[in-house]
Amino acid sequence: MLRINGEEHEAAGMLLSDYLQEAGYSAQRIAVERNEAIVPKAEYGSVRLEDGDVIEIVSFVGGG
Amino acid sequence: MLPTREEMKSALELRHTKAVQDRLAEASVAVCGLGGLGSHIAVALARCGIGGLHLLDFDVVELSNLNRQQYGLAQLGRPKTEALKEELLSFWPYMEIRTDRVRLTEDNAVELLAGERYICEAFDTPEAKAMLTDCVLTRLPDAYLVGASGMAGFGNSNAIVTRRITERYYLCGDGVSGLQEGRGLMAPRVMLCAAHQANQVLELILKGAGIGLEGTEVGLTGQERV
Repeated sequence: MLRINGEEHEAAGMLLSDYLQEAGYSAQRIAVERNEAIVPKAEYGSVRLEDGDVIEIVSFVGGG
Repeated sequence: MLPTREEMKSALELRHTKAVQDRLAEASVAVCGLGGLGSHIAVALARCGIGGLHLLDFDVVELSNLNRQQYGLAQLGRPKTEALKEELLSFWPYMEIRTDRVRLTEDNAVELLAGERYICEAFDTPEAKAMLTDCVLTRLPDAYLVGASGMAGFGNSNAIVTRRITERYYLCGDGVSGLQEGRGLMAPRVMLCAAHQANQVLELILKGAGIGLEGTEVGLTGQERV
């Protein structure tokens, strides 16, 4: 079990990039925080989600 | 006649206390994007007597900016970096201002922002926000980032909040109100979000000097703290 944006998920073992694609996120419009650190975009394809991970995906919207 | 630096410093100390002012005078903040968010962040920090600002934007002032940005008709067509610098120096002339008229990209952001401790992300597109967040938080290990997402429209002031994402990353806004047909950016809500960002930066600067939100160091009595 791991938590993504406050909800429990059975995604352990998945590549972060696969989870993001499945959940419909565009990698160019988000920031991913995993256990208190921001995951570099270049590592989305190599980071595997693990049991106990606490993840927050920030989806940016336009305006400034 | 221009007041002296000492006269202006005294006036600020009277309002903010000497401990706060000494710390702010040493601090510098980078503001990335000088639109509705960035121009108001810069004004708020300059009003506080910040020591320095680093202003970055590639754009010029356009008529369509005036509904929410800190510029006037006389500045139409001028680079935002120059126009804003002039405005800031008109009320706080003893500030160091560095300007870079440039579009930040993943190739130049780290170099341009090297050495900055406090960085505000004040861009307009989601892609630019995500790019800067990635650059600062994965390649500038000593910097704090205060960003924004979700401030379009009007009303619902209390939905604009500041969230701590990590120890070095704070995000202001309501998180959801993006630009869409029939919902544009309007001055009050953009200013609310910009004020959240400026206020978070202040808190980080002052906390870093051991000046907390509680107690007498910041000169607040229980009554004033509402």
